Amino acid sequence: MDLVEQFPVLIVGLSMFLAYTMLLTGYLNRRLPFFMSLAMNSFFLILSLFILNHVLTVGPIRYWQGGWRPPWGIEYVIDAMNAYLLVIVISMVILGLIYSRGNVRHEIEERKHVTFYTLVQLMAAGLYGITVTGDLFNMFIWLEIASLTAYALIAVAGGRALRPAYNYVIMGSIGACLYIFGVCWLYSVTGTLNFADMRLLLPLVYDNKAVQMAFAMIVVGVMIKAYIFPLHLWQPDVYTYAPSTISSMMASVHVKVMFYILIRMFYSVFTLEFIRHYIGLDLLICWVAAIAILAGSIWAIKQRNLKRMLAYSSVSQMGYILLGVGLSPLSPWGLVGAAAHILNHAIGKGCLFMCAGAISQQEGLKDIRDFGGLGKKMPHVCAAFTIAALSMIGIPLTAGFTSKLFLIYASLDAAQYPFVAVLLLSGLLNLVYFWRVIDQMYFVKHKETENAIEVKEKGKSLPLSMVAPILILASLCIIMGIVWLTDIPLPLINHILSNLRMGVTL
Amino acid sequence: MTPVRKTYKRNVIIEVTTNLMFPLILLFGLYVMIGTGGTGGGFQGGTILASAYILYITVFGHEKGREKMPESVNALFKSLGLFLYNGAGWICVLFSLATAQWLNMPAFWPVTDFVGVAGARSFLVGYMVSVGIGLTVMAAFVSQYFDLAWKEDDEMEGGEE
Repeated sequence: MDLVEQFPVLIVGLSMFLAYTMLLTGYLNRRLPFFMSLAMNSFFLILSLFILNHVLTVGPIRYWQGGWRPPWGIEYVIDAMNAYLLVIVISMVILGLIYSRGNVRHEIEERKHVTFYTLVQLMAAGLYGITVTGDLFNMFIWLEIASLTAYALIAVAGGRALRPAYNYVIMGSIGACLYIFGVCWLYSVTGTLNFADMRLLLPLVYDNKAVQMAFAMIVVGVMIKAYIFPLHLWQPDVYTYAPSTISSMMASVHVKVMFYILIRMFYSVFTLEFIRHYIGLDLLICWVAAIAILAGSIWAIKQRNLKRMLAYSSVSQMGYILLGVGLSPLSPWGLVGAAAHILNHAIGKGCLFMCAGAISQQEGLKDIRDFGGLGKKMPHVCAAFTIAALSMIGIPLTAGFTSKLFLIYASLDAAQYPFVAVLLLSGLLNLVYFWRVIDQMYFVKHKETENAIEVKEKGKSLPLSMVAPILILASLCIIMGIVWLTDIPLPLINHILSNLRMGVTL
Repeated sequence: MTPVRKTYKRNVIIEVTTNLMFPLILLFGLYVMIGTGGTGGGFQGGTILASAYILYITVFGHEKGREKMPESVNALFKSLGLFLYNGAGWICVLFSLATAQWLNMPAFWPVTDFVGVAGARSFLVGYMVSVGIGLTVMAAFVSQYFDLAWKEDDEMEGGEE
């Protein structure tokens, strides 16, 4: 057994171990937990890069917990999709941690800092766990760890954040319940919880009503967590009132991992044959996604609060990933688009939420109409915001362009032309609501406003620990926009396609 | 609106009974956790341990209860349980360099030389893991109880612990 095969369990186990050690060391020194978390997560990033390399060169890693063979024991399976997502999740957690260093002082009382970082590390552990596991029930456990810590992290600022956090608790619990009901029914029919085993057993019972119901329940349950359009009602308030670090982490990491559950269910548990078995199911998913794309964009145009606008923009962008998933039974490019958009949206939206937090920290501004003259006061942040916004709109040579390109190609390949129109229209709508912000920043003169909230150290320039992650993510938007168009990610894409059994390579 | 602090009334019978019962409840909790020597019982034993302490707080008041177990000690217990639980897995990873084989571990040499495979297994599963779960559950229940009991005082003192 190679040492690299121990790395998945090292990442997950050490994260949990670290979280509780951080809670204890917080009694010695309040700053220590942050540095411990940063150091260990950087170590995990190195491990995850080794895992990605191993998966791409040798093959999937299968790790048997406790040495029990898979149908009975819990198995950790790392294939190309997991390894790719694990690298994204760990890097975004590290950047979020660096950003939180300057941000948390302003948004959270000092006595809560130790528990804040403990909870962030626990949430990261839950997300890493979802990413590496190959077992339906184990996935539920990690899902609960990630969700419960997220509820607490949203409420940590107190005040107005409490109500949205409570809404999220209710909605998130319903989602988790639906997921576990679905898993129970699958278990009652097949008698197994392992992904690979269930994939072999399920084709015999595709016509069983319990299996069909389980599919519907799991998909709807995960859709609540991933705020697909009609089920997004908890999300805008949560993203608006949560601390900026948490908004950024939720939008860039948490929801991606929820989507990963959906992708894993579609491809590794139920397989595309199941979806093709019911004529029109894939198109139904596509239309849900199309409605989500348009409705999210239209609602975003109506918003005045920057973070709320970004929240509705996220609703729209989740539709892109769902559209990719829905198109994939018809064309492999759909899955490529979904996988690419997971990364592109993570870096773009992470950067935008960090910019929103930075603006409200330095100038106390939250309303878009007060942003006049901001481009001169905060040149770096505004430039980064513009680049990330262009990436969200889908201007060529930015990351967002490539995922839209893949999705448009998928629609053409599948001969589903309405979705091309939806994607192009959505690009225009994105332009409308992001241009309002850019226009205010650069082309409107500064005027005094009464809407600005009181902030400590108003007008003082931001610390480097906040500006650096913003600039890194903004430059990544451009770098990835070029990298996706070259041959560099081709082995990764081919491995994802073959590991998820699409039956084709590019 | 300031909450009115209720006057605390002592009752000899209740206090003496609590003092007598307290060690017995703890002993019973320990028996549920590790007395049976097999897996399971960690959570139940932990709740019984916590119930003993919560009984103490309800009878003697939460100021006195807090003196016996400050929040830092409580956090220590919370983490200690996790260290034991997680550590049982790590020991196997470190020594056998195979997997977290705490249920299935012929390759786990240092303990098996002395007590045999079955002995090592029952030590790790029956004692370390159960006690770990029990300690964490106990500390979590106690801190939840304190959070609820101290809420009024928290609001009066402006949110400081």
